Amino acid sequence: MIELAGIRRAYHVGNQDVYALSDVDLTIERGDYVSIMGPSGSGKSTLLNIIGLLDRPDQGAYRLDEQDVTTLTDDQQAGVRQRTMGFVFQFFHLIPRLSAADNIALPLVLAGVPADERRTRVDAVLADMGLSDRAEHRPEELSGGQRQRVAIARAVIMRPSILLADEPTGNLDRHTGEEVVTLLEGLHASGLTLLVVTHDPALGHRAGRQLRMEDGRIISDTQSQPAP
Amino acid sequence: MTFADLFRLTLPALSAHKTRSALTGLGIAIGIAAVVLLTSIGEGVRHYVLTEFTQFGTHLIAINPGKTTTMGTPIGTIASARPLTLQDAESLAAVRGVEAVVPFVQGNAETKFESRRRRTNIYGVGPEMPRVFQLPVASGRFLPPDDPRTARAFVVLGAKITRELFPGVNPLGQHLRIDNSRFTVIGTMASKGQVLGFDLDDAVYVPAARAQELFNRNGLMEVDVLYREDMETETVAAGIKRLMTARHGQEDFTLTTQEQMLDTLGSILGVLTFAVGALGGISLLVGGVGILTILTITVRERTGEIGLLRALGATHAQVLWLFLAESVILAGLGGAAGLVIGVGGAALLHALAPALPVHTPWYYVALAEVIALSIGLLSGVLPARHAAKMDPVEALRAE
Repeated sequence: MIELAGIRRAYHVGNQDVYALSDVDLTIERGDYVSIMGPSGSGKSTLLNIIGLLDRPDQGAYRLDEQDVTTLTDDQQAGVRQRTMGFVFQFFHLIPRLSAADNIALPLVLAGVPADERRTRVDAVLADMGLSDRAEHRPEELSGGQRQRVAIARAVIMRPSILLADEPTGNLDRHTGEEVVTLLEGLHASGLTLLVVTHDPALGHRAGRQLRMEDGRIISDTQSQPAP
Repeated sequence: MTFADLFRLTLPALSAHKTRSALTGLGIAIGIAAVVLLTSIGEGVRHYVLTEFTQFGTHLIAINPGKTTTMGTPIGTIASARPLTLQDAESLAAVRGVEAVVPFVQGNAETKFESRRRRTNIYGVGPEMPRVFQLPVASGRFLPPDDPRTARAFVVLGAKITRELFPGVNPLGQHLRIDNSRFTVIGTMASKGQVLGFDLDDAVYVPAARAQELFNRNGLMEVDVLYREDMETETVAAGIKRLMTARHGQEDFTLTTQEQMLDTLGSILGVLTFAVGALGGISLLVGGVGILTILTITVRERTGEIGLLRALGATHAQVLWLFLAESVILAGLGGAAGLVIGVGGAALLHALAPALPVHTPWYYVALAEVIALSIGLLSGVLPARHAAKMDPVEALRAE
């Protein structure tokens, strides 16, 4: 469970403080599917980064699964990220020198998982994503959709409880975007909390809970009925 | 993250920019090669010089007249040193541990046999000289153990003098004139060649008392003592000092042990080796700056990756080590290449110029590689720290 209370994040631009987030209160239940929409600069990415522990709020409290995580050190936060968060980015962020399998194994390497176990887990995830025949290909040899699937595989390899996606379809055509969304929704269906930041209303409206942001505040929070 | 993993992540990064990595490694390679080559030459020279010295044996103590230590103020009336005498030399044989004593007077004079003349070194010595300095006699015998004060006028010839003055003549039993005194040739020495610039072959050996007469000296220039191998140098030196002080009433002489001399010489030459090595170290420093430059560029290029690693849960230390590993591996490989070039160069030098002594001690080679790795580590620290301290959000945005 994600609990944010009175979160404020300001950036200094020249002599002025610009609020990316001001007094945001938000609770997200385990297993929720939440989309965050809003115009550029409304603070939606900042919100996602704070939830993902990549950024620290200037004020306010963040409790993750009953634990206050705002007071943790950088390295402790890295540990929490490693165990509970999976990130999916607009530009994939794959390492060009490494094969698909090695990219997916990267979080396991950082976590110190032994090589044998890594191989079994990576093979399983590759099969789930339908990428088994692409394991030894490098990112440049993959299509956009395949790259994003590799990135999603990397995001879930540590079996996180929360999946954070920042414009996951922003760099894909409509058809492959659709595939990627289906994949993410499948992961949500299997129990992951899914947070999606997007410009795209069609994508945003698929989420069970929709947040709309403007000027660093949440201006609407609607629950839609699950599709029949 | 294990070492193997660190390797597996770092090597592709290095091979992705082959030319860049090769050139950066070359900087270190040249530095290490220079250090290895120069220290090899330095060590070679040190080895050569020390071998030249030790060929006379190492259990030697030289006694010279006069005290060479510097005093604050002159001690007044008895400032003059008494000369070393033949009697002094004789008495030294009684000191415990002493095996043989050689008095020594040296000068330069004209030698003449029939119509042939040659100016040469005249060494006034005692009968024990061949044994003390390990100089073998080639024919005849060395000076006999006469009473040193009334030694007979015998002469033993160096190899070169034998050749120059007695070509095709057996010199034994012939008469040689030194200045205006007549000496009988009783032996010739084996050729020893040049030792540190002194030509021992271009010399004749006469009894010390005779040399004193020739050069009109009443003292000896030096007394050399050979002592037993199982004796401590200090013990023998102390015995000699006690005896001589008793005879002279003061310490107006100086003892130099071969050990001391070799130590001093060895440390002087060691400094020389270090100095030429440090000279090579400058190019190593330049190589280190090269790594620093390249790694700074690499960190900038891979800012997005650093953000990703942090998002995937990498700690500061892990990011730091990923980049440090890169510079250490680069420097290590460059260093290894430098060792091959350096050792190969030394061998080549030795093959092309056999006169130049070259000696590559293996601990220097190991040390050079350790230095290369340390340089990699040091020059990697700044850029790697920069990478580790990056803000992940900023870094992710850099793509």
